[in-house]
This record gives sequence, structure tokens and C-alpha cells, in this order.
Amino acid sequence: MPDIFLQFSFADSINQFVSWLVREYGDLFHQLTAVLLSTLLVPLERALLALPPLLVLLIVAGLCYHGTRRKSVTALMVGGLYLIGCLGLWDKLMQTLALMVVATLLTMLIGVPLGIMMSRSQRLRWLLVPVLDVMQTLPTFVYLIPVLMLFGLGKVPAIFATIIYALPPLVRLTDLGIRQVDGDLLEAARSFGTTRWQLLFGVQLPLARPSIMAGINQSIMMALAMVVIASMIGSRGLGEDVLAGINNMDMGKGMQAGLAIVILAIVIDRISQAYGQDGRLKRTVRQKRKAGVSA
Amino acid sequence: MSKIEVRHVYKVFGRESQPVMALLQQQCSKAEVLARTGVNVGLIDVSLNIEAGEIFVIMGLSGSGKSTLVRHFNRLIEPSSGQILVDGEDILRYDEAQLLALRRNKISMVFQGFGLLPHQTVLENAAYALLTKGVARNDALDQARQWLDRVGLAAYEDKYPDELSGGMRQRVGLARALAADTDIILMDEAFSALDPLIRSEMQEQLLALQSGLHKTIVFITHDLDEALRIGNRIAILRDGQLVQLGTPSDILTRPADDYVQRFVEKRAVQPLAG
Repeated sequence: MPDIFLQFSFADSINQFVSWLVREYGDLFHQLTAVLLSTLLVPLERALLALPPLLVLLIVAGLCYHGTRRKSVTALMVGGLYLIGCLGLWDKLMQTLALMVVATLLTMLIGVPLGIMMSRSQRLRWLLVPVLDVMQTLPTFVYLIPVLMLFGLGKVPAIFATIIYALPPLVRLTDLGIRQVDGDLLEAARSFGTTRWQLLFGVQLPLARPSIMAGINQSIMMALAMVVIASMIGSRGLGEDVLAGINNMDMGKGMQAGLAIVILAIVIDRISQAYGQDGRLKRTVRQKRKAGVSA
Repeated sequence: MSKIEVRHVYKVFGRESQPVMALLQQQCSKAEVLARTGVNVGLIDVSLNIEAGEIFVIMGLSGSGKSTLVRHFNRLIEPSSGQILVDGEDILRYDEAQLLALRRNKISMVFQGFGLLPHQTVLENAAYALLTKGVARNDALDQARQWLDRVGLAAYEDKYPDELSGGMRQRVGLARALAADTDIILMDEAFSALDPLIRSEMQEQLLALQSGLHKTIVFITHDLDEALRIGNRIAILRDGQLVQLGTPSDILTRPADDYVQRFVEKRAVQPLAG
């Protein structure tokens, strides 16, 4: 049978590139790992573990009530976390939380400025959109291996893998939010002699806030979806138990840890969404609700 | 010296302006250029002088280029050719910093769509120009408060724009422009989005304010009644060209062509508002 396919493979060149990267820059990456661990991740994890659980529950309750102003939601969220503690998963919950916080912070630090730059430059947009598409669709394990080779096993490669996975929605939604700002408003602002920076911080970012917050919320949700994979490369936390459950055919254990991840996701989702909402909108809704009760 | 001088300004939209400019110099009209090249022309050889302290109305139907023209005065739109002088200075030669200074200190603007920031209070919106200039926050808010008081919105300073009616929003827009303390105020169809009663109220208010302030006001409208009522002089634009410039009585008694004539006749049929 005549073969219409030209035969070639770029696997070797990729392999060569990765080993070159590891050989030349391996030390640098390991230093980066050490710095990230010692300055951010380990202190945060220690602090979270050292806090009395009751205090953590109170903090969550405070955040949740401050954001949503609803007692029922707050009670549900705190009850959910309490349940995780009852299942004996509190320490692992804190480890996962520390990982999430660091990954989300780094994602925001990279994603929001990138989204802003993208909204300003059509060329950068053409360049970034396909890259973001690839980041979102490339199976995680494909880039997990080179990340592992560069950073070694543990929490740091888990964080980097999480950033790669969670970054695209934030960049996209930041870009979208800024582009959607009403052109008439920008013109009005410019007519009063607004500089580019004043326009960005005074008009564009505040008006894009709901969109950016939705992006952060999406990033957190995607980061949580990476928890189990993160455990496969040696980061501690709730994912560990899921993995152990799968390995030992211990469905119950896996299910419990899975439930804990879902509860954590719901709690973070509700709180971050509450802060994403327009404060004034919330106030009017609250006033309406009060008026409804009194009427 | 006139406050604003416009000399032979052409505006061609899009990048390929050279061949189109050649056509325009051969006296081709906006429609002919559009048919032959597919390029939209905004302004064709517009020259006029606006004197200090007058209310100068630029009138025309939609598409006549009036909003395009007024945006040349603070360079929100750049002309394809021509000169624009403000206080005798060619503003087209201004660099970025000079342009910012022009917009901050010399020319402010009121928009048809109000252009208020939805996330800021009425007071903060009124103080926008001052805050942008870098005036200390308390001073800026104090001055803005005084202007809000003068346009009759003292009680609304803590509200947000979406809690106000259209007329009130435009008063905020006016207060913002007045607070900027500029010699020149551009008003782009500022009252066109308001209903007739509110509109004539706003016209009265503008005239009352102007009698004390003596600003140079460039007022854009498509409504001859409005033009006649508030304008010291009126320029009429059609398809990007200036067809007549004169006092309200010039326009009424000696319309320059059929286009202006039709405006005047249409008005005569209607019951007079004021």
C-alpha cells in the first residue's frame, strides 16, 4: 500500500532541548524552588497548621459573612469545613489550602498584568491566544514531566503545573473585561486629560473588576481540580488520600477526601464570588430584602 | 485674536488619505468620494473662528460632521490636514504633555451620553477633572460640591449616576466641566438625549450660568430651535462642509441655501417654544 504520510518525528529534538535545559539551567530552577519553598510555601503552611482550627473556622466565618452578609451561607460554609475536620482531614486540608493560596497568588501576579497588556496590543493578543489555548488543552501530564525534571518532586512543580493550567481563564477574562469598557466613557475620561495610567487604574480596572474577579474565581476552581495530580508528584494534602484510595482500592477513603476537596472548592468559590460582586449592588439587594421583610 | 481658529480642516477616515485628499481638492463631494473610493469623509475644508465669551453653535443633521469637528478642538480626533489654533497656538504641534495640559486646563467637554463613571459618586464624578489634574482630594471635592450646588444637585452628591434621571446626570456632566475651570467648554449634543421640558430647563440654566461666567462655549446640536435660543452665532454643516455661518437672525432672514431654508421652514411650521 502506498504510504502518503511523510515520516518524521520531533520527539528527539524535544528530548534534547529538555535535557539541555536541565543541564544548563537545572541549578537555577532548583534555587527558584528553594526560594519559593522557604519564603512562601513552608511559612504559610506552618502558620496554617499552627493556627487552632477553631480560629481558622472563625476567620472563614468572618470572611464569608463580610462578603455575603448572609448568616445561612456562612453557617453552611463553616459547617462544611467542620465536617472535613471530623473526617480527620484537617491537617491535609490546611496543606492543600496553602498550596492553593500560593498558586492563586502567583497566577494573579502573572495573569492580571498579562491580561492588561493583551487588551492594549492586538499583536500580543494574536500571539497569546493560541498559547493560552494550548495551555488549556494540553494534557497535564505532558508538561508535568519537564516541570518535574526542572524542579524535582514536591510542591513547587505542583504549583507551576497548577499555574500553567489555571492562568488562561484569568488572562482571557482580564483582557475581555478591559475591552468591554464603554468607549464613550474612555473618550470622556481622555477629554479631561487623563494619562494612560490614570485611565487604567481609575477607569478600566474598576469597570473590569467583575470580569477580573470571575477570572480569579475560575482560576481557583481550576487550581483545585489539580490537587490530585499535584499529589501524584509528591505534594502533600487532600489529593494524597484520593490517590491512596485509588491505589489501594479503598473507595471509602478516596470518596471522603474527594468530598473534602469539593467542600473546599465550594467555600472558596462562595467567598471569592461574594467579593467579586459590586459592593453597591449588594447593598441595594440587602435594602430591598429588608424592605420586603418589613412590608 | 479668536479663541479658536479652524483653518482649512479636512478629515478623511481610514489610512489612505492622500488620493482622497486629491479628489477633495478637485471639489468632489462627500457622496462622490464615497462612491469612487469607498472612503468616508468627515470634514471638507472647514474654516471658522470662535470668539472668546460667545456661545458658538455648530448645527447639522447626523452625519454632517459636527461631532467630528468639535472633537478636533481637543484632539480627540486628529485632522487629515489643516490648522487648529487655540489662543493663537497651533495645537496640532503639541506633544503628549502639552496636549494633556490643554485638556486639563483649557478645554473641557460635556457629552451626549453623559460619560459619567458608574463606580464613582456624583461628587467624585464632578471632581473628576480636578482629581485628574492632581488637585488635593479635599480641595477638589470642595470645589466640585460648590458646582453641584450651582447646578442644583447639592442633595445628590453621595448618589451614584445610575440613581439619577437623565437631566440630573447631564447636570453632573455640566458641573464636571465647569469645575475643571477651563475657558472653553465643548458641549456635544449635550441636551439632545433629554426630554423637551428638561431640555429647555437645561438651556435656561446654561444661559443663566453663562451670563455670569462668560466662558467660550461650543455647542453642538441638530435642533435649530435650540441653536437659535442659545447661540450667539451659528455655523451650519452639511456633509462635512460649512454652508452658513451667522447670527440667529442671519440664518432666519437670509438662509444661504435650500438646506438651511428647509431647516428654517420646518421650524416656522412648528409652534414656537421660546
